[in-house]
Amino acid sequence: MLKLLGTRLLQMILIMGIISLILFAIFDSEKFKKQIAVNELGGFAVSALSDQDYQVWLEKKGLNVPFYQRYLNWAGGVARGDFGKSFEKNEPVGSLLAARLLHTGLLAFWVFALMIPLSLTFGIIAGMKEGSAQDRLTSFVAVVTTSLPEIATAIILTVVFALGLHWLPPNAAMVNGWEWQALVLPVLTLVLYDFGYVARMTRASMAEVMHSQYIRTAVLKGLPYRRVILRHALRNALIAPFTIIVLQLNWLLSGVVVVEVFFQYAGFGKLLLDAALYGDIYVIQAATLVAVFVAVLSQIISDVGYTFLNPRIRFA
Amino acid sequence: MTALEIGVKPALPLHLRVRQPDCLIALILLTWIPLTFYVMFGFYLSDTVRNFVLLPAIPATVALYIVAVVSWRESPVAVIGATLVFFWIFVAVAAPYLPLIDPNKPIAPFAEVGALKKDHWFLLGADFKGRDMLSRDLWGCQRVLVWGITATLVAYAIGAFFGLIAGYLGGWWDQAISLVCNIILSFPVMVLFILILNYLGPSGFNIVIAVTFASAPAIMRIVRGLTLDTKTRDYIFAAQTRGEHPLRIMIFELLPNARGPIIVDACLRLGYTTVAITTLTFLGLGLQPPDPDWGLMIKESAKVAMVWRFSYMLLVPALSVSSLILGFNLLADGLREMSMRD
Repeated sequence: MLKLLGTRLLQMILIMGIISLILFAIFDSEKFKKQIAVNELGGFAVSALSDQDYQVWLEKKGLNVPFYQRYLNWAGGVARGDFGKSFEKNEPVGSLLAARLLHTGLLAFWVFALMIPLSLTFGIIAGMKEGSAQDRLTSFVAVVTTSLPEIATAIILTVVFALGLHWLPPNAAMVNGWEWQALVLPVLTLVLYDFGYVARMTRASMAEVMHSQYIRTAVLKGLPYRRVILRHALRNALIAPFTIIVLQLNWLLSGVVVVEVFFQYAGFGKLLLDAALYGDIYVIQAATLVAVFVAVLSQIISDVGYTFLNPRIRFA
Repeated sequence: MTALEIGVKPALPLHLRVRQPDCLIALILLTWIPLTFYVMFGFYLSDTVRNFVLLPAIPATVALYIVAVVSWRESPVAVIGATLVFFWIFVAVAAPYLPLIDPNKPIAPFAEVGALKKDHWFLLGADFKGRDMLSRDLWGCQRVLVWGITATLVAYAIGAFFGLIAGYLGGWWDQAISLVCNIILSFPVMVLFILILNYLGPSGFNIVIAVTFASAPAIMRIVRGLTLDTKTRDYIFAAQTRGEHPLRIMIFELLPNARGPIIVDACLRLGYTTVAITTLTFLGLGLQPPDPDWGLMIKESAKVAMVWRFSYMLLVPALSVSSLILGFNLLADGLREMSMRD
């Protein structure tokens, strides 16, 4: 187990190293330096800029240093916990990213806090009796909610609850300080989309367990049905959903971009998109590395957790 | 001599002949090629060609839909899914011949649903520039469908190719391909999309590249798994003994026999790609104005239509894209159910 963990962590560091190098190489091109210049000085100013002035500007920004040197500087900085400075916001990337990650973390916390109990309950109820009315209903709701892309769910919820009923604010920009109500619609959007997927997986896992021999034995032995479900079936039926729920972290980092942009919520996803459109290389680097870190870590946790929970799989 | 003895197949009745694979492929190509040409290269076509190029696709679409309903009639879910998907394909191929006004022509800004303004009846209202929403919505499905299906196809071609190689040849090939796939799969999809499209610039062709990058590794894994399973069958050994080339074995022996799960996954993936294209266009990284598509309509309206009265500007494209994706998902569900039954 420890060996597996060690190899996976080593792989992760290797992958992050390769990715940061590729990203640096991409954003070192002339085109992207120009993009930063256009975004900072304005398109007209850049076209009027003489070659010499452009070189001066590059030097001021520290962009004229050769690629490998910049990369080494940056990597050394990361080792010391210094992620460089944002070109767009002129702030250290570390604190900027931390603040945004906190916002997204809050969003993610509520999404998981609502989604896990909801989808597990409905998945189990549906999987208990395959083909029953409750199964059909849950499956239908799950297909429909997963089929609505986040952008459509966000629109429908906003139109109904914010524009129509005026219960909630239509965006989560929170210009006048922190508002809890503003968080409701983004959280609901993500929960609705994810609920269907996890519920379907839980249902499939539960249905498979209910077909197994030992459940039949338990029922034939005359155990109360409640006890069969709670003590016997659930233990095995929840192994697969566990890994899927952990892997949802990876999905959440994708889904969060759309939702944060639509609701103008100042979180990680919006930061990443803004930085990418601006060409803010240090922010993109740091944000991508965080995203990859979370994604790979969730994969490791799900793998290790699966072997830990399922006694039938053991590594020699 | 009878027809059988000289090696000619006896003529099948029409309704059975249509369901032969070669006939189906011909129908699909007849729908697909004109539509793709129309959307991707419509600029280069002369007006007369443009006006007629989609005509043969209309009967082909209808024929395909009938075949789909007849062959999947045992699964109502699949039929509902097929109906939704074919509705939008039909709209896509028939859009130039439907009584719609030019989707890019500004007439009456903020005309509401059902309003009669300037001699035009706005069934679904007009957007902030005064363009007819119904017309934009129906025309919009062309771009979403064409780019979505093209991107999925390219991703499948590349993913399946590498999956076959990794699964069939094994060894170093497998190691190298799996490593690259693992690196790509460690990105959250949207992060990968943003990085690639930011590098290449926003356009339809670049979306195809980005979707290929993001989906091909997952497809490769599926095909690799199926190949590993199929490659131990007797007919593969027979082909090897006959001395067939590995590429021939992969494409003509392995791939057709692994098609069941691949088709189901392809339907699901078509849904994901449609979501991705709409979302990317909404984020400003996808298809470019002025031609309508659903993501663009959402993007343009999100700034101006945040009022109850004008919420139809957001709802119409959102519901359209949802119905298409629901169609793909139901189709995948129905096909999976049917394949499990037999």
